[in-house]
Amino acid sequence: MRSHMTHRNPRAIGRATHIFRDQLLPWLVPAALLVIWQASSSLGWLSARVLPAPLDVLGAAGRLQASGELLAHVKVSTERALSGLLLGGGLGLLLGLLTGSVRWAQTLLDSTIQMVRNVPPLAMIPLVILWFGIEETAKLFLISVAVFFPLYLNTFHGIRNVDPGLIEMGRSYGLSRRQLYTHIILPGALPSILVGLRFSLGLMWVILIVAETLSAQAGIGYLTMNAREFMQTDVVLVGILLYALLGKLADVLARGLERFGLRWHPGYQN
Amino acid sequence: MTEKNTPTPGSRVQAHALRKDFGQRSVLHGVNLTLKAGEFVAIVGRSGCGKSTLLRLLAGLENTTQGHIEIDEKATSGLHDGTRIMFQEARLLPWKRVLDNVALGLPAHRRGDAEKALEQVGLLDRAGEWPARLSGGQRQRVALARALVHHPRLLLLDEPLGALDALTRLEMQALIEQLWRRIGFTALLVTHDVQEAVALADRVILIEDGAIALDLPIPLARPRTATDPQFGALEAHILQRVLQRPPSAHPETNDSRTDWQGIPAVGLRWAI
Repeated sequence: MRSHMTHRNPRAIGRATHIFRDQLLPWLVPAALLVIWQASSSLGWLSARVLPAPLDVLGAAGRLQASGELLAHVKVSTERALSGLLLGGGLGLLLGLLTGSVRWAQTLLDSTIQMVRNVPPLAMIPLVILWFGIEETAKLFLISVAVFFPLYLNTFHGIRNVDPGLIEMGRSYGLSRRQLYTHIILPGALPSILVGLRFSLGLMWVILIVAETLSAQAGIGYLTMNAREFMQTDVVLVGILLYALLGKLADVLARGLERFGLRWHPGYQN
Repeated sequence: MTEKNTPTPGSRVQAHALRKDFGQRSVLHGVNLTLKAGEFVAIVGRSGCGKSTLLRLLAGLENTTQGHIEIDEKATSGLHDGTRIMFQEARLLPWKRVLDNVALGLPAHRRGDAEKALEQVGLLDRAGEWPARLSGGQRQRVALARALVHHPRLLLLDEPLGALDALTRLEMQALIEQLWRRIGFTALLVTHDVQEAVALADRVILIEDGAIALDLPIPLARPRTATDPQFGALEAHILQRVLQRPPSAHPETNDSRTDWQGIPAVGLRWAI
């Protein structure tokens, strides 16, 4: 019994250090930075105009939350981003499926799309303002254009790179064209499509931020630009952190989608 | 053996003067082949001799350049409903679980058949796994179940055991032979392994340069063992024929002298 105890103790200690090393250690540096930041603000080394203390930023967020502004602006921005993703990304997916599966559609459309792809969406801002003014349509257009290409390209390549051996097998096992599509081609292209989706999500936030900073009557960009005029640096920081948080949230969701959609893939098991 | 169990007996297959060209290159020419119902025929030959192409023509995966194929006295071109093929790689869909792979292309009410087929190959307990979790031999067993669930009258095997280790190979050979004897389908096996051909086939066909060079019945009783001297003799005979070293004991190989023997010694003198 005694020997059993002495045998077990070092192992338990070993496990505890393991948990410390793997779970807690990565948080050490961010936590230290926060403490240093808070301390330098409290000691007066950092002007609140340049960088308000973390606790002040938290306070600002609390006030905005209490007044209901925070949620309203987040809602406006999220709706903008998602409708752009739905429109542009949906179109990219559909056109990618079309050009990937139908030879004449590829011949007809692909080279045109590849040419247009080289135009950076942000370079179109002056033109977009001339066309749509600075209202919602302009933002929707910019986001849609930006998210279109990653989804289009990755869908196209995903379909083209489905193992021809599997398609041949499906044909010889009597699958109809529709069954070939739903059982073999689409699932085979899914890993690539999901990569496209993640690229699109990243671009979606960048373009949203630029578009909202340009002009808006509501949304996180409006919140920060408004705060800048009144020198409310803490609110500006809240806005920046909100963008970061939303971006992270989108990434986590996309990763969850990959985990579910690709759970058959050895790379996503455990 | 072939007539004892006939809910789905084997197909009769006839190929007449088959020719297949890929561009300028002729891969097969003048191949005539007859498979009796329920017969197990193996095709051997060096790589690139056209044996896989012949199988793909019979499967309807390639179109013939000339000649025609009859299955059960009906001329066919393209895919045939009673024919199933097993490829060198298992070609399982990695995004479908094992049972769904076997049930591919089956109507929903026949899922029970897929389970039975999995049981036949001894993998019912892995029905819910992803194919990535299976070993190479297990994947080929799933592929075999997927082929059998359609009750094929002709099963085409395109070197399905080529990538397996020696022990797994022997197990798979026994499984294929056992299921073939029980079900009674016609089987055509393409292999580069002469021992495998002799172990399984009623008849071994050698293809050389796109034509049939040897058609040898294997009259051994089943199950066969490689240690049987007759087995060894047949295997050695085919191997020697593949390597173009004609054994003197077999009269039918006398006419197939190698190029070296055909060249008169006078012509050789300056060449050496």
